[in-house]
Amino acid sequence: MRRRALRTIVAATVASLAAVFPVRSVGLQADGDPGSVRLQADRATVRLKPDTTNRGTSTDGGAHRIISIIPATTEMLFAMGAGDRVVAVGSYDRFPAAVEQLPRVGALLDPNVERILSLRPDLVIVYGTQNDLRTQLDRARVPYFPYVHRGLPDITQTIRAVGDRVGVSAAAKTLADGIEKQLADVRARVAGAARPKTLLVFGRESGSLRNIEASGGVGFLHDMLETAGGIDILGDLKQQSVTLSTEVVLARAPDVILELRYARGDTTAASDLRAWDALASVPAVKNRRVLLLQGEEFVVPGPRVGAATERLGRALHPDRFK
Amino acid sequence: MAATIAGFGALTLLVCLAAPLVGTTSIHLARVFDRTIPFTDNVDAQVFFVARLPRVLAAILVGSSLAVAGVVFQAFLRNPLASPDTLGLSTGATLGAVIVITFHIDTAVFGISAVPIASFLGAAIALGIVWAMSVARRHGTSTTVLLLAGVALSAFFGALNRLVQVLGDFTDTFRSIRWMMGSLDVGSYTDVAVSFVPITAALVAVATLPRVLDLVSLGTAAAESRGVDVRRAERLALVSASVLTGSAVSLGGPIPFVGIIVPHIVRLIVGADHRVVLPAAALFGGTFLVLCDLLARTAFGAAGMPVGAVTALLGGPFFLWLLFRRFR
Repeated sequence: MRRRALRTIVAATVASLAAVFPVRSVGLQADGDPGSVRLQADRATVRLKPDTTNRGTSTDGGAHRIISIIPATTEMLFAMGAGDRVVAVGSYDRFPAAVEQLPRVGALLDPNVERILSLRPDLVIVYGTQNDLRTQLDRARVPYFPYVHRGLPDITQTIRAVGDRVGVSAAAKTLADGIEKQLADVRARVAGAARPKTLLVFGRESGSLRNIEASGGVGFLHDMLETAGGIDILGDLKQQSVTLSTEVVLARAPDVILELRYARGDTTAASDLRAWDALASVPAVKNRRVLLLQGEEFVVPGPRVGAATERLGRALHPDRFK
Repeated sequence: MAATIAGFGALTLLVCLAAPLVGTTSIHLARVFDRTIPFTDNVDAQVFFVARLPRVLAAILVGSSLAVAGVVFQAFLRNPLASPDTLGLSTGATLGAVIVITFHIDTAVFGISAVPIASFLGAAIALGIVWAMSVARRHGTSTTVLLLAGVALSAFFGALNRLVQVLGDFTDTFRSIRWMMGSLDVGSYTDVAVSFVPITAALVAVATLPRVLDLVSLGTAAAESRGVDVRRAERLALVSASVLTGSAVSLGGPIPFVGIIVPHIVRLIVGADHRVVLPAAALFGGTFLVLCDLLARTAFGAAGMPVGAVTALLGGPFFLWLLFRRFR
C-alpha cells in the first residue's frame, strides 16, 4: 500500500517537472572550446559558456525571442529596432504603445517563471538582483541578461551591451551615441549659467508634505539634474532616494523645487503644488519656482533619458533653450 | 497615586517643551518669537512652527493613543500579548492607505491628504467587523474566539494588502513600504487637529473605565459579581480602543512596539491599578514616541530614520532592562 502511494507521488512529481521543463531529451557534450559545453535538446542546440562577465549565460548568436521584464530595457530594445523580437514584457511596461499588445510575465517581485518558460525565449532580460529567477533560468538552460540599475553613464553602456547580446550592435551604438550627444548638448547649453540649488522630488502624499521622496546623491535622477545645470541639495547623501522631512527642506533652502509626476491621467498635480506654500521661507516657494514635470520618462532610465534631461534643463534654465 | 501621575506629567511636559528646540538645524528661540521678522522670511520660526511643533504634537497624540489602546485590549482580552493590532485594526488602516497610494487616488479633501482619510476608513471597516464580533460575543462568544477572529481578520487584511501591492507599480510599492514604516512629519496642524477630536473623545470614554478594567482583568464573573455591566463596558472599551488605534495609525502610520510594550513598561513601574496605569500609559506613551521621533530625526543625519524602526530599537532594550531589574 505504502509502496503504491510512494510510486504515485514519484510519478506525479516527474509529471510536474516535465510540464515545467518541456525538454524531452537533453545531452551534455564537451566540444573543442575548453570550459564550454553544448546542450542538445530535441528542438534546438544552444552553445553555452560559463558566465565570466557577470552577464549570465551567454549565446553566440543574436536573440530572436526576447522577454524583457524591465521597462527601461524594453524601451531600449524598441528604440534600437529590435522591438519585433520582443515576445513578452513585464507588468509595468507602458512604452512604446506596441507593448500593450504583448503578454505580461510579472516583474521584479513576482516574475512568472512558468509563463516565461512557456514562451520559449532565447533571451530573458532580468534584474541583476533576481537571484531566484536567474537560478531557475539557469536550471532551464534559458540565457538571460542581468540588468543593473545605476547612474546616467550606465544607461548608454547598457544599451550597447544589450545591442551586442541581441545582435543589433550597430543600431544600439547609434542609439547610445545619439543619447550621449543629446546629453552633451544639454551640458553645453547650461554651461556657465548660475546653477540653482535644486530639490528633485519624485513622490509625496498629495495635498500635504508628508513622506517626501527625493533624489539623493547617486543614481540617474541625480546625474540628470547635475547634467541639466542644477545643484542637487541632497548631493551629499549617498542614496538613490531620500525620505525627506520638512525641516531639511527649510534648512537646505532650495532655489528650485522640481516635482516629477509619472502617473498617467494625473490631472490634479498642478494644483497640488500649493502644498509647498506651507514652507514660505524656502526661496523656491517665495520666488514661485516650484515646478511640475509630468512624464514617465523621468522614472525610466531608458532611451528617453536624453529628452528628459533636456526638459529638466529647460525648467532650470529656460533662457538657455530659447 | 497623584504624585506618580504628576511625575509622568512633568516628564511629558519637559520632553514636549524641549523636543521642538532640538533638531538637525540650529535655531534661536529669540528669533523664533521675533515678531519684527515677517513669518515668510523667518526660517527659525518656520522650522519651529511648521516642521517641529506639529511633529511633536502628532507624536504625543499617536503615542498616547496606541499605549492606552494597548492597555485596554490587554485588560479586556486578558492577554498580555494583545495590542492595537490584535483585532486587525492596524492592518485595516494600513490596507486603506496602501489602496490609495497604489491606485493613485490622490485627491486631497479639505486640505487633508487622501492617505490618512483612507487609512481611517480602513480602520473603521475593521471596527465594524470587530463590532459585529462583539455582538456575537453577547451570545456567548469567548475571548479566545474574539482573539482568533482578530488574528484571522488581521491575516485577511494583510493578504489583501500584499495583493494590492502586487497590482501596483514598483514605485508605489516603495511608497507603501515607506508609509508602513511610520512617519510623524505631518507638516501641518490640519491632520493633527482632525485626529485630535476622535482621540480626545475616545480618551474621555476610556477614562470612565479604570475600575471596570481592574475587575475584568480578574475575569468577567468576578466583574459581574461586583455589579459591572460587562457587555456594555466591553463594547465601550472595544470601540474606544479601536477609535484610538484608527486615529493613531491614520496620523502616523502603523508604528510598532508602542501599543504592546509601553503598557507593560508602565505596569512594571506603577503596578496594575488602572486608575494609575491609564493616565501613566497615555503620558508615557506620548513621551516615549516624542523621544523616539527626536532620535529618528536627529541621530541619522538629514536622511533621518523611520520612527517605526526607532521605537523597537530604543524600547526593546529598555523593556528588557526593566524586566531583568524587576525579577532578578
